[in-house]
Order: sequence, then C-alpha cells, then structure tokens
Amino acid sequence: MPEQLITLEHVTRTFMVKGQTIKAVNDINLTIPAGDVLCLVGESGCGKTTTGKMIAGLLPTSSGRILYRGKDIATLSGRERKDYRLGVQMVHQDPYASLNPTQTIYDMLAAPLQHHRFTRGEAETRRRVRDLLEIVDLTPPDDFLEKYPHQLSGGQRQRVSVARALTVQPKFIVADEAVSMVDVSIRISLLNMFTRLKQEMGVGVLLITHDLALAKYFAWEGRIGVMYLGRLMEIGPAREVVEHAQHPYTQVLLSAIPEADPEATRTKKHIELRSTDMPSLLHLPSGCTFHPRCPVFAGEVCERIVPPLEKANWGSDVACHLVHAHES
Amino acid sequence: MSEPILSVRDLSIIYEARRGQVQAVRNISFEVERGEAVALIGESGSGKTTVGLGLMRLLPATASIVGGSIVYRRYSNGSNSARRETEVLDLKGDNLRQFRWRECAMVFQSALNALNPVLRISEHFADTAKAHGYLSGYRQTKALRERSSQLLSMVRLDPERVWHSFPHELSGGMRQRVLIALSLLLEPQLLILDEPTTALDILTQRNIMDVLKELRAKLGFSMLFISHDLALAAELADRVATVYAGKIIEMGDVRTIFQRPYHPYTIGLIKAVPTLTSDKSSLVSVPGSPPDLIQLPTGCKFHPRCPLADERSQREEPELTEVEPGHHVACWHWPHAREALKSYRANS
Repeated sequence: MPEQLITLEHVTRTFMVKGQTIKAVNDINLTIPAGDVLCLVGESGCGKTTTGKMIAGLLPTSSGRILYRGKDIATLSGRERKDYRLGVQMVHQDPYASLNPTQTIYDMLAAPLQHHRFTRGEAETRRRVRDLLEIVDLTPPDDFLEKYPHQLSGGQRQRVSVARALTVQPKFIVADEAVSMVDVSIRISLLNMFTRLKQEMGVGVLLITHDLALAKYFAWEGRIGVMYLGRLMEIGPAREVVEHAQHPYTQVLLSAIPEADPEATRTKKHIELRSTDMPSLLHLPSGCTFHPRCPVFAGEVCERIVPPLEKANWGSDVACHLVHAHES
Repeated sequence: MSEPILSVRDLSIIYEARRGQVQAVRNISFEVERGEAVALIGESGSGKTTVGLGLMRLLPATASIVGGSIVYRRYSNGSNSARRETEVLDLKGDNLRQFRWRECAMVFQSALNALNPVLRISEHFADTAKAHGYLSGYRQTKALRERSSQLLSMVRLDPERVWHSFPHELSGGMRQRVLIALSLLLEPQLLILDEPTTALDILTQRNIMDVLKELRAKLGFSMLFISHDLALAAELADRVATVYAGKIIEMGDVRTIFQRPYHPYTIGLIKAVPTLTSDKSSLVSVPGSPPDLIQLPTGCKFHPRCPLADERSQREEPELTEVEPGHHVACWHWPHAREALKSYRANS
C-alpha cells in the first residue's frame, strides 16, 4: 500500500455571493497516493480550481479536512507545516501573469533556493538553477538565466513556472489548466515534462483541465475525476473513465466533444440534455445536482436523494442511482 | 459554377513595432465560394486573426496592408452571376461601412468584450440597424423586434428573456450566441468567426457548433473560421488552410487535410492534438516554437522545426503549389513527407 500523500475528507467550500452562500465544492472525498497522477475535469464553475487551491493550501476549507501525510493541514505547525507548504506547489494557468516581469529567470529561481537554504553560496545556487532549467527543457540554461519573462514564449514561461515550483523539491504539484494557454503544437511536450517529473523524481501531479482528451493522455496510468456543480460524479482509471464512462454526465461530455477527424466527428452521436442551461450555484437542484439536465432522469429518487459516490464497474466510483440500480 | 464570393490575392500585412516590421501576413491567397465554410487554422502568432481583421478593414493603426487585393462579389438570391464586384481595399467612408456587417460580418474572439456592458441586448440590435441604415422608417421598431426575435430563436435563445437583458446577465455561451444573432442581422453573405468556441465549456461549445450548422443550412451564408482548434475545423469546415508564419502552407478539402496531409507542419499539428480515441504513443509534439515574425528564418519558415529540412529548405522558400486537384502545399519534401516522418519518429 503506497503512502497516502493527500486525503480529502468531506471537504466543502462555500463562498458568499450577493449575501447568499454558495457551495463551490460540496463534500468531496479523495485520496491521492504519493507519486500519483490525477486529472480533475469539468466545466467552469464545477469547483475543480477551488479544490486544487484548497489542496495547495491557498484557500481554507469551510468544513471537512485535508490531510497531508495523514495530518490535517489546518492544524499543522512548525516543521510539519513548512514540510507541507514546500511539499505541495501550484503552477497557475496564465504564464503571462504568474511571473514577475521585473525579475530575471535566475533571480526568480534563486530566491526560493536561497531563502529556504536549499543551496549555499552563489556558485551552488547558479549550478542548481542551471540543473532546474535543464529538467524543464530550457536548454542551454545559460541562454535563459539573464532573460526576463517578456523575452520568452508562453510555453517557455510555463516551463519557468514549473522550474520555480521545483526549487523547493515538492512531492506534489497542483497544475491549474497549466497547458491550456500554450500553443497546441507544444502542449504535449509540456505534459511529457510533467510525466518525467513523476517518473524520475516521484512528484505527483493534480492536473486541472476542461479537456477530457488531454486528461486521458496525461493521466494514462493515473486517474480522472469528473466534477459537476461542486461534486465528484465519477472517478476512476483514466482510460476506463473515457472508454467506459458510466455516469450520464461523463457520457454527455464525451459525446459532445468534437474530434479532429472529419469522418468521426460528423457521424458522432450526441446525447441530448434535457436542459442546456447550467443551473446556478445559488439555486442548486435538490437530490442529484445533474437531475434537471440528465438524459436518463428516473424521477423521484434522483430529485430527492443525493447519490453517494460508490464502487461501480471498471474500477471506477460513480455517483448515480441508476448505475448502482443496474448493478444490484 | 459561379465565381467565389471572396477572392483574396497575395495579401500582405505588416505591423510597425519598435523592434522592426512584423510580417504578420505574407502573400496569402485563398477563395471562399458561395455557401462554403473555410477554416484558417494555426497557432497564436501565425497571422490568422490579422487576415480576418484585414478582410474587414479593421486593422489597428500600427498595421498596414502592403500589397494584394480582396475582391468581394455580391449575389442576389437564386442568381448565378454576381450582381456587383467590389475591391474591398478601395472602399472608403459610407461604402466601407455598408460593406461591414451588410456584406461581411465578424464575430470576435471575446464575447464578453464585444458587447457594450451598459447597453441592453435590444439596444445592441437597434444601434446596429441604425448605424447601417437597416429597416429605417416608422415601422422600424416593430420590424426590427420581429427580425431580432427570429434570429435569437434561431440561435436557441429565448427572445423574451434576452431582449431586455444586459450583457453581464448572460452566460458566456449566451453572449456568444447573441453576437452570432447580431452579426446576422443585416443578412451578410459572409460571416467571419474568430475562435468562436475558445474559452467556452464543452457543452456550450457543442451548442454553438450545432447552432452554426443549423443557421448555415437555413440561411446559406458562407463562413470563414479562424481557429487553433483542429476539431472545430474538422466538424464545421468544407475546406481547411493551415497558416504558419503569416503564410498558407497547405490548403485543401477538410477530409484531405486531416486524412492525407502533405506538409510536415500540418502532419505535426494533427499528431500533437490528443483525441478521445488516440493512443498515448501516437502523439508527438512539434519540436521548437513558432518563429519571430520580425526576424523570420531564411528559406522555408518552418525549417528550424522540421525534421525533413535540408539545405534547400534553408535557402529557398517553397511557394503554395497545387499538387493534386484542390490540394495545395508549400513544401519541398511533400511527396514523401508522411512516410519520412513516420520512420523519423520510429527512430527517435
């Protein structure tokens, strides 16, 4: 049994909007073993970014607990707290906004190394910065040390962001839409870089994305979790979730995605929703939150009872009354 | 067969920047037939949006069109010969204003910024009609309301709900559909759509794509898509042109481009996009990054990233040539590019 690096227990996060409370994340349970890859997918407003931020410690939970190596991150102090803060790093979506425009790449990477005493002295810091740039494929590193962010392309900046996260030798990286603002031709190489971090350094990754095809590629050996209106609808081995989707919401999403193949995309069957409007978080539907749009809506049970996330076929956990009714 | 509604010939557009001239569009030629949907695909900085802005004559002050021509032909319903032929680059004042929106309308990339936040949707329709002298006279208000409601229903919006709303009261997908309805108000022959589904959620994207298909079938206008999204092009376009470093490097029927591409960049781009069915091992990213449009490489602009580049690619830029009926490629190595790239990948 690998060590559980991160555990979410009944995690809920609420926000106040116009004097009303909305639940952005609603009772999420999740475990992520060390070195694991997990992709959270879903539409905007599903709570995937909020979940990522809570795991990275950038937002407190409203209720429920997040454990890092078995200990509640809200009550950590001293050494343990520092271990967690360094151990979980975040790479943000927009590489144009997340780097300080007035610092050179060297300054940016040297600061955390020196502050946290990972390196001593100028020579060692410089050596380590060069190594980090090589790890993220910014080669030769000497070409980048004295550059400013504006002199780099979007893909290169995102690599710098990753190198900066790596300065403090994290165990886990939360990457929020980390490749969606990068040119399509180089997305794959960025994702491959994350995969290498996992293989060579055992760094686990939570990739937050709206692109299921990308999630399948990246989480090939890992898992995909599908979120809708703050809840996990389905989570399982990446390829199974895409090839044998069980939750009606996952099936609808998959059927809606256009394919880069004229024949396949024009003959693809699209599952019709009962309603195209996404409900507001201010007025969450009762029972299963997907029931007003669900193509296989089964009446009262869906309207009244929140389906629990439970074991289903293909090694996945699914939150749907119908999926479980068929099995039993 | 009638003549195309749009013929772009050798269009070149530059931007003046502090570092020098940005060669955003270099000698681009293509046509859009009546009722046809053409997609310009390419990455950011390839010049594809500049082409769209150039067609509408909406370029910023730092840009100038340094060469080429854009011929636009207006047809009457049911007629096979053009009623009027216009050189878009010569249009001025009122004529230019009539061309925009009445003949050729553009749906811009960011639906949030394209609507005025202090105007209701009804006012957007009224302003557009007024500015372009559409449905003038005492019956205007009622006729406009009817026409607008019709268009809003066609894009699957509830006219009653949307008509008095402000843009911020609508979701991203709804705003995008309002813009599409608004762009069709003056019955243009050509609709230019710049990244129409980017930044929208999957189910919203699906909705917009279905709406565009329905509208085109009903109203018969032509479309020019500008997008980096290959899947959008695969689903909606009849013909596809790949743009790289300000130039069209491959163009052909949508099936030809996706199933039998010849240009190493097109081949690379298709291989770089994960699909739901693709196997992990079949995906390869294109090495390197897009070129600096101020200091372009010599010869073929793709040569620094191309595994097949040789001495000739570095020296001479290949022109777009028709290599089989309807399929145009600009590459010295097109006849064996696909085979060569396969073995190149197997060895690397």
